[in-house]
Amino acid sequence: MPEELEKPPMLDSYRVLDLTDDRGALCGKIMAELGADVVKVERPGGDPARNVGPFFHDTPNPEKSLNWFAFNINKRGITLNIETKDGQEIFRKLVKNADFVVESFTPGYLDGLGLGYEALSKVNPRIVMTSITPYGQTGPHSKFNSPDLVTMSMAGYTYICGDSDRPPVRFSSDQSYMQSSLQATAGTLIAHYHRELSGEGQHVDVSAQESMVWTLCYAPHDWYLLKALHHTREGSRWKRFGVTYRLIWPCKDGYVCYRLLMAQPGANVMNEMIESMNKEGFGLDMKGIDWGTMGFDQMSQENINSWEEEVGKYFLNHTKRELHEEAVRQRNVLQPVNTSQDMVESPQLEARDFWVQLEHPELGETITYPGPYFKSTETAWQKGRRAPLVGEHNEEIYEKELGLSGEELLTLKREKVI
Amino acid sequence: MKKYPLEGLKVVDFSWIFTGPIVTKYLGDHGAEIIKIESAARPDGTRLMTPFAGGKMGMNTSGVYANYNSSKYSMNLNLREPRAVEIVKKLVARADIVLETFGPGVMGRLGLDYDALKGVKPDIVMLSMSMFGQYGPYAKQPTFGQLLQATNGFVHLLGWPDRSPSLPVAAYTDYIAPWYVLIALMSALDYRRRTGKGQYIDLAMQEASVHLASPVVMDYTINGRIQNRMGNNCPGAAPHGVYPCQGEERWCAIAVFSDDEWQDLCKVMDNPEWTRSPKFDTLPHRAENIEELDELMGKWTINFTPEEVMAKLQAVGVAAGVVQTGQDLVDNDPQLKHRRHFVEMDHAEMGKHLTERPPFQLSKTPSEPQRPFPSFGEHTELVCKEILGMDDQEFAELIGAGVLA
Repeated sequence: MPEELEKPPMLDSYRVLDLTDDRGALCGKIMAELGADVVKVERPGGDPARNVGPFFHDTPNPEKSLNWFAFNINKRGITLNIETKDGQEIFRKLVKNADFVVESFTPGYLDGLGLGYEALSKVNPRIVMTSITPYGQTGPHSKFNSPDLVTMSMAGYTYICGDSDRPPVRFSSDQSYMQSSLQATAGTLIAHYHRELSGEGQHVDVSAQESMVWTLCYAPHDWYLLKALHHTREGSRWKRFGVTYRLIWPCKDGYVCYRLLMAQPGANVMNEMIESMNKEGFGLDMKGIDWGTMGFDQMSQENINSWEEEVGKYFLNHTKRELHEEAVRQRNVLQPVNTSQDMVESPQLEARDFWVQLEHPELGETITYPGPYFKSTETAWQKGRRAPLVGEHNEEIYEKELGLSGEELLTLKREKVI
Repeated sequence: MKKYPLEGLKVVDFSWIFTGPIVTKYLGDHGAEIIKIESAARPDGTRLMTPFAGGKMGMNTSGVYANYNSSKYSMNLNLREPRAVEIVKKLVARADIVLETFGPGVMGRLGLDYDALKGVKPDIVMLSMSMFGQYGPYAKQPTFGQLLQATNGFVHLLGWPDRSPSLPVAAYTDYIAPWYVLIALMSALDYRRRTGKGQYIDLAMQEASVHLASPVVMDYTINGRIQNRMGNNCPGAAPHGVYPCQGEERWCAIAVFSDDEWQDLCKVMDNPEWTRSPKFDTLPHRAENIEELDELMGKWTINFTPEEVMAKLQAVGVAAGVVQTGQDLVDNDPQLKHRRHFVEMDHAEMGKHLTERPPFQLSKTPSEPQRPFPSFGEHTELVCKEILGMDDQEFAELIGAGVLA
């Protein structure tokens, strides 16, 4: 869609200095996709997140981390040792003309270098600085060592996930980093809105733990209102106050997700599925029931179990794609339990031109990335360029934009500042 | 009192369930005016969701609804009535944002699509959030976040590799979209400030959610690998698990990424004999023997409460954390108290309940729930008379005609 590509981005080319590692990189990525000029400021040698796998063709290499690729597209990249006096001076110069700083260091680290919010706001009072950490900048747990599994547990998320006869589990993918960076971006843009009206910058102090607590839905309220600890680990089932329903069902080639009596303008949908089941000899006694009048919490467990047994047999006879396509036709709620391959092959995502191709000339390949998550009448998600190589834009930014001479640049390189 | 950052911003909110209401709670808690449109024929379904105060189901007693709807006005409008549609247009004419989460096409059938609303407010920012987007082969399939998390790969990635996947009980993708919606709205307001132009945004929960699994997807697009759930295992770390502790269903998570951390952990455990085995001397060896390692770790942790394990290990910089329950979060967690994550509110009918503050704290501008969640239709009269300037007679007549229902 060429007309899509010609639309402008939502954000102006605001300058973002992005000091984050893998715990905060999504924040700058989202802003870059919306039009901001995001400059990743890496330590000499590169961001440690470049060592996080998986890797391109499974070859560990700082220029081949897929994790790093994914969350640093559309950014420019420079190297800078902010632990040296010269590096700090250069960083302050960059801050003068920047709109945002995003960082994910341990609380207190930047203050120790004279680059904390108080110091930077003296250099540029309009600066919005966002700090993404596991528990926030202050408080009894603020200095805790907390990779994803620990943060997910402290947020109460692992408690509600898994099977009852095994320990609580986390997603096999670092979601607390994702959620905190995502919610940080929302906070950053609220601070930006205020700054544009008032001229006043500020510090946005983000807690990954709290960002995950936000995703719990029931647990805090079950406890506060009823002193109940519902939602212990029910695996593939879903339990709310007395009755349990199956939500994950094995089928011919994997699993589907479905719940009996899911609040739909109901009757027709259940009946159409039961008709399909009856044709194959399943659920004959489910025919003729007035499903539209049944509330899911008013069923006896015995009834639920016997119906689920019949539905389960029917699902086992079909692939997830077949069941899903039938559900789309019948306007039923069933969804396939998709793998990454299923997602990439989704007809819906294809119809909306979701996937984008970015060139990686150094690798001699074009790589498929997740793309625009919205369509607009006026603006567009920006398909930009692949993530920067280590120090790729040093000359462009230090010489052309900051006005350092080639000689100064060489000296800084020699002294390992850049 | 400092000024709220979004004071003066006006939002007409047709959203319901979780995603949209979380967005407008954020806007409202930061000072925006939120007029939430609900009808008796179709109240926000979250009003009827457990848990209820005192266990008593009612329109104004749901804990989840209470959490997601602070700082809003609730207005009853029967949108099937042409005069209700006219009232919406009057509200939109003075608004900055319209948010809706109906199925694709519903706003058009009501005569309230972007073209119609642009007619009364040319620079309006209108956003439709839906599961799959406004068009595409699956766009019109009705579904729920609880199931969409399966479509988006998160179910496949949760649980044990030798078993069926597990279900995240809280619909995970419902908690990805709100912040993408908020980001899009704040960015569209920035665009409007600079250009004077509004816009219509079609945002798909499915598409936004894929971004949070990007490395998993790219491992397939590049390496052809379909990643699977792996319990609590994690490449590059061992031990990396959740271990049983003293008490019923008490657990502690421990994650060790470096050999130095492993040595520190061993010291805290008083260097038992087994830790000196060559099976556990390096990360690759520990990873190879992860099942045995997990079992041995569990034999140590079971002697302590999870709080004790966390305190001992964090004291030497080893990553450990209690698997907290709702009770821990609400009653005990000193960090959440320090950050004032939960705020206790009092509602005329429901009484005391909790609402959350954002995970981000802005150093110079406040964010607080302005009021507890609105009772169903609580502000219909206020909106009609004080905001739209209706007189008593017209208001009574609209009530009588079932327009404000």
